[in-house]
Amino acid sequence: MSEGWQSYVRRIEELATRSGLEFHRVDFEAVPDSFMMEIAVYGLPVRMPHWSFGVRYIYQLIQRHMGHSRLFEVVFPGNPGHAYLAESNGLAENILVTAHVLGHADFARNNLLFRRCQEQVSEHIVEHAANHARQIQQVIETHGAQRVEVALDAALALEQHVDIDQPLRRERYPEYLGDAKVLVDDQFRKRFAALEPLAGGSAAEAKKRAPLPPHPERDLLWFVANYAPEMESWERDIFLAVREESFYFYPVFASQIMNEGWASYWHARLLREADFIPQQAYLDAIKCHSDVVRPIAAEAQVALSINPYHLGFAMWEKIVEKNGLPAARAIMQQDDDFSFVRNHLTRELADELGLFRYSARNDGQIKVLEHDLTALHEAVLAPKYNFGAPIVSASHVRNDGTLELTHDSTVDGRGLDLERSRKVLDYLQRVWRRPIVLTTVNQAGSALELTAP
Amino acid sequence: MDEDRGKRGEPSDAAKWYELFSRGARDWLRHDEKVREAVRANLPEIIAGGDVINGGARTVRVPVRMLEHYHFRLRRPEEQQGAGQGKAKPGDVFSAPGREQGQGDKGPGGRDEGEVQLLLEFKIDDIVDWLWEAMKLPNLKARVGPSEETEWIREGWDRHGARSRLDRRRSFKELVKRRGAPGATQTFIDEDLRFRQLARRRQPALHAVVFFMLDVSGSMSDRDRKLAKTFFFWVVQGLRREYRSLETLFVAHTTEAWEFNEPDFFQVSGTGGTVASTGLAKVREIIDARYNPGRCNIYLFYASDGDNSVSDAAESRTALTAIAADACFTGYAEVSSGLSRQLATETGKLFAELQAAGCAAGSYALNDFEDVWGAVRHFFTAESQAPESP
Repeated sequence: MSEGWQSYVRRIEELATRSGLEFHRVDFEAVPDSFMMEIAVYGLPVRMPHWSFGVRYIYQLIQRHMGHSRLFEVVFPGNPGHAYLAESNGLAENILVTAHVLGHADFARNNLLFRRCQEQVSEHIVEHAANHARQIQQVIETHGAQRVEVALDAALALEQHVDIDQPLRRERYPEYLGDAKVLVDDQFRKRFAALEPLAGGSAAEAKKRAPLPPHPERDLLWFVANYAPEMESWERDIFLAVREESFYFYPVFASQIMNEGWASYWHARLLREADFIPQQAYLDAIKCHSDVVRPIAAEAQVALSINPYHLGFAMWEKIVEKNGLPAARAIMQQDDDFSFVRNHLTRELADELGLFRYSARNDGQIKVLEHDLTALHEAVLAPKYNFGAPIVSASHVRNDGTLELTHDSTVDGRGLDLERSRKVLDYLQRVWRRPIVLTTVNQAGSALELTAP
Repeated sequence: MDEDRGKRGEPSDAAKWYELFSRGARDWLRHDEKVREAVRANLPEIIAGGDVINGGARTVRVPVRMLEHYHFRLRRPEEQQGAGQGKAKPGDVFSAPGREQGQGDKGPGGRDEGEVQLLLEFKIDDIVDWLWEAMKLPNLKARVGPSEETEWIREGWDRHGARSRLDRRRSFKELVKRRGAPGATQTFIDEDLRFRQLARRRQPALHAVVFFMLDVSGSMSDRDRKLAKTFFFWVVQGLRREYRSLETLFVAHTTEAWEFNEPDFFQVSGTGGTVASTGLAKVREIIDARYNPGRCNIYLFYASDGDNSVSDAAESRTALTAIAADACFTGYAEVSSGLSRQLATETGKLFAELQAAGCAAGSYALNDFEDVWGAVRHFFTAESQAPESP
């Protein structure tokens, strides 16, 4: 790390604290660009091996060769937080990145969603993930790479199918139905019981096995790990390891616009207020800032996607300008992207930024739609619903161990991609080891069953 | 900014450690392996498609798509909504940006990662080995000369061996490696020495000559020619396994016949009718002029749409029978795009008669590229079962 940059870290931290940011200490580490790229690919510095990461790695390499993506930093929340900086960053970039990282650290410490997930996962996800990787390496040595790959194929295919409203360490369902509620012994009850001899039920019969699952279960990773009829314990561990990492990834995914916007807002503001930065470095840093938060549409006249840094940054500027910093901090603590966009992306701001809604037909024709703020919100948020995955729940396990999965098409309005779903069932079948039936809807909206094997 | 870089201190130990290996590359190699397994499992279908063969090269390139790790996804709707940014008014209509490089691969809006195709390169020798293994093809019997000979070739290293086979370069590397350890002896010790090892390798038999005869009359379409080319290509590969030196000769005919070199051969296109006997006569002429049937193994493969002129039947029969008597094998591939008359053609009958007469001959109808494998298998099985000619 450049000596020059190190001397600024402390002063930027002080300035940030004076400006009201609250953050855990952050350890900064400079790493080679190749390693930065791997962090981006895996999402964590050390993570379990899987060939699908290899595919992402190649895409990432191609992008880098085309000069598309350059990573300045990756930060992992925790206490202490850990920030990786690219060795190729210059002084100005590092100053900017330091301020940016402190914005993230403030966000991760105060945002409720982040806090809840960190309470579950602990503040040491980096170490946990490295531990998972090590354990999986050991399993590979005992059981062979091929069998482990089968388990990972299935577990990682379901990585979005967790229920973060449940605790990370969840109790199994109660095996028996609870005692029937004591009902008010009124006149109606008595007459009703007289009508239907079985309706009253004797106390001895009350202990009934609960159906499995007692309610549709969205946390497929947890459900499979706990209730698969013939799974090896190391396979269950793999499922739970993937699930824990998903719990970590969820808030990052579900508050990306807010979080990146917040960090960008703060690096811009801290930089403006930092009178100790040399003029040239300041200019370079500001140039770098405007690259990061510029709309994708800057060069092309129209872009069919929105840069989350740009949108978040613009929204926070507006909020602070209109409502003041304390109100902005309260929003930062309580919202996630869904409430943030729905509540604070106003008509004026959408117009100012030139946001629009479009519909793209399969033949490639794209039509810009009428202004409709609510619909625009949903268009921005649609890729984020349910961790970006369709809602598929385990609905029943039959006596012979057959697993019934149900896709809730009423929420997303259309059926599953059948080809892909079949492949996922194939992955899952190899660890569930009994038949699996998946119900979804076809193009016409009528029920359709996929089975494996 | 460059000055700053220069002033940077020693990289930390951890940073040095990061440089040592790449997990991304490791997982990429596993992906690559999976692709190769998949390609290998479907090899016949993939390489039968004519495009993979490039003349003369010892490798084929197979275009493959990257594997996808599947997740539950919603079906692609007829119409998809999205959010964008820029100067656009409601009602504006434009067409999707072409799939240029890097389009739609960044940001949340990029739904497709952009199709990336890999070109995997396979050694033809490996492919042929796999195929022969997969198809359980027998090895051919040469008619002339020893069917097999063995030879010593270099293979691997060992710590013991004759002084004359000491590999100095290799031994020195071992020394360098060992010297890295603290307290190690600085001079050569016995453990460092590496000797080249020899292994016995079965060598293909003697010399063979293959005639490829192609009907280039007006009725043969480009596709027909390409089918024939694919077929010929794999026949050569199969024969190469057996013969250390293999000569290929190319004869094209319409109502006349010419000898060609390989590059020109597949480009030739003629007009007019089909008189197979002219081609056969040309083959005969070349055999008589250059080869002694007693000393080398002769193969003839003929590809045509089978539309031989009826008046030529007797003459063709005589010429073909004469060649078949000298050849290890004569094969006929009928390329008839569209109609599948299944060898009921003039030429088809000719070869059927030949086979019935007990000669080493075979025929096969090629309607599509998928049939190429059937044909290759057919010929190599038939050839190995063919009775030894007197």
